[in-house]
Amino acid sequence: MGLMSNQPEKTKGPDLEEARLRQQAIGVKLRQMFDDVVNEPVPDEFLDILRRHDERAGGK
Amino acid sequence: MVERTPMDPASENQFKRDLVTLIPHLRAFARTLCGDAAAADDLAQDTVMKAWDARSSYQMGTNMKAWTFMILRNQFYSEKRRSWRQTQLDQEAAERTLVAIDDPASPLALDELRQALIMLPSEQREALILVGAGGFAYEEAAEICGCAVGTVKSRVSRARRALQGILEEGAYDRDGLPAGDAMRSILSDAERLSGPR
Repeated sequence: MGLMSNQPEKTKGPDLEEARLRQQAIGVKLRQMFDDVVNEPVPDEFLDILRRHDERAGGK
Repeated sequence: MVERTPMDPASENQFKRDLVTLIPHLRAFARTLCGDAAAADDLAQDTVMKAWDARSSYQMGTNMKAWTFMILRNQFYSEKRRSWRQTQLDQEAAERTLVAIDDPASPLALDELRQALIMLPSEQREALILVGAGGFAYEEAAEICGCAVGTVKSRVSRARRALQGILEEGAYDRDGLPAGDAMRSILSDAERLSGPR
């Protein structure tokens, strides 16, 4: 099993195909890394910034 | 400062709602620029503040995500210029990150990718993140980085090659892992993620 052992030979040759697979795998991990942070709960400090503005505006 | 026409309350509320939905993306982008999570959140918070203060210069209906990413990036580089020379900061960020990501719960392949990423020159790293993870078109990434589309394209392709090289050759040192292990774990992870056959 595994990506490397059962890849059929492509017309461009196994090296190019292998490089493409590796780039694809890196791309998947890159998005996963980014999305992991996107999916973290937003710390309260961020919302406090905008809430402070609300209070200032409301006091006028 | 230039005096601007204030936004009407409805637009202001809409702007605020949109800004809130962008916070997670700003945090993610900041994390890739800074490496270290606390510095990244400071940067992202500054960005939210600056975006809010500059709200009347934002044109409703244009790409707000790109607009806020541009603010974040400018803020990052202006802080960087103020504090250290670029190479020194990159070195420090790399060292802090190597410590910070020593998290036993974090999947091996992701740690290795983070380490490899922090070794790239920052203009390659940001281009690759914007296009490869942030969902921006080359044109949008060019606008955010203030450079030509062709420059973004070449930075992205150089970044991809460099990342692959680092991961395959194990140019970093992690617990004496043999070279090539990083790429292997990333490949097997990607295979698993791409779903059952």
